[in-house]
Amino acid sequence: MYDKTVRRRRVVLGLLVASSLILLTAYFGESTGGGLHSAQRGVLDVVSPIQEGASKALKPVRDLFGWAGDTFHAKGQLKDVRKDRDALRAQVVELQARVRENAQLKSQINLNDTHGLTDNGPVAAHVIGQDPNLWFTQVTIDRGTSSGVHENQAVVNGEGLVGKVTSATSSSAIVTLATDHTTQIGATVSESGVKGVVGVEAGHPTDLVLSSISGKDVVRPGETIVTSGTVSNVGKFPSPYPRDIPIGRVTHVDEPGSDNQQVHIAPFANARRLDLVEVLTKGDVAGR
Amino acid sequence: MRVAIPQLVLRLALVGILTVILQVSAVTQLQIFGTNADLMPLVIAAVGLLAGSIAGACFGFTVGLFLDLALVQTVGLSSLVYVAVGYWAGRFRELRDPQSALVPLAVGVAATAAAMVGYSLIQFLLGVEAPVSFLLAREILATVLLNGVIATPVYAGVRRVLLPALPEDPRRRRRRAYTTGGLSPLSRA
Repeated sequence: MYDKTVRRRRVVLGLLVASSLILLTAYFGESTGGGLHSAQRGVLDVVSPIQEGASKALKPVRDLFGWAGDTFHAKGQLKDVRKDRDALRAQVVELQARVRENAQLKSQINLNDTHGLTDNGPVAAHVIGQDPNLWFTQVTIDRGTSSGVHENQAVVNGEGLVGKVTSATSSSAIVTLATDHTTQIGATVSESGVKGVVGVEAGHPTDLVLSSISGKDVVRPGETIVTSGTVSNVGKFPSPYPRDIPIGRVTHVDEPGSDNQQVHIAPFANARRLDLVEVLTKGDVAGR
Repeated sequence: MRVAIPQLVLRLALVGILTVILQVSAVTQLQIFGTNADLMPLVIAAVGLLAGSIAGACFGFTVGLFLDLALVQTVGLSSLVYVAVGYWAGRFRELRDPQSALVPLAVGVAATAAAMVGYSLIQFLLGVEAPVSFLLAREILATVLLNGVIATPVYAGVRRVLLPALPEDPRRRRRRAYTTGGLSPLSRA
């Protein structure tokens, strides 16, 4: 009985394996129009509508699994995407900085061309330190005596006058801004030629005041104030600021027509956003 | 031992057709972890475990043939592989009579691995020009793991369909006799 069962099992297995091999051989041996190929087409004809129906019926399940798979896949991608995002963000920041610097350089070149500052030996410098207090009186720049930067040299940027160098080391310098209370700048109203002295109004570090003008001088809001440069005693009291550098625009005038009239000026150079500046290492050039 | 052969054949045919259609229409399109499950070796191994080596081999041959015809691929290839899987699963049950709850899982995983490796080997022998790559190994491993996850439920499903038509299992008969009083110590009390 046992032998018979074993024999039967082996015979069945042998038959099935042999049938598979025969089918394989026959399939490879016949042409595409052969019996097995025709049978395949027949089965396909029968099965494909069922397949189509089943496929449609199971679409929600497929979609659900697809959604789950996509979610897992997306989670896997998230790390890479975050890394890319961080790299791109860094690039954007760098590019924005370059764009800003480019704009500053353009305006600086424009100022140099317009006011002939190229003759004043301009040395470009980056602001590397800024006075954190409210009064914005000093900044540190990355150029010093090794670059020809010394005390009492005017500092400008693309917007206008920034201040002057008050201290210099070999590789850096301190620039005291025009908005510092100790700063006094000889200035001229560009439109009318009225001369005076620009200083800071007490308690308003961002507000410059043009004073020492006579009551007969008429100054109107909107007029431009520029540096007057050295006007007399050239050898004795040279001004650190070359002539015609824009300082600011008149906002309003207190007590107009009196000898005490004060002209308020909004400075062109924004002390809060100083980045790229130029030190005029040659001061006021002869004849200017 | 009473065997409901026609009923078993009918149920096996139903399981086979449903499995092939489900595999072809749905399972192959469900990508999980970059791969998809393969119900065929799981179902064939389950049939082998439940119905024995001859039934497993015959079922594997028939289902493989149906699959080859339905997918318009080399006829006889899947049959050859699945005959081996079904026969081996059946022989495993006949020789070892495993009783652990993990048997369906282990057999399903082994059957999947054997089927995939066997299928790949025969494809190479038949001259399919594909490099034996890390990608192939990864694909096989992923499918084996995924099949391991669904092996137990698939076995339970197949068992549920086939059980009424299966020959009386001596172990089951013994258990029933025990719990219904014949052999229970409680019934003697």
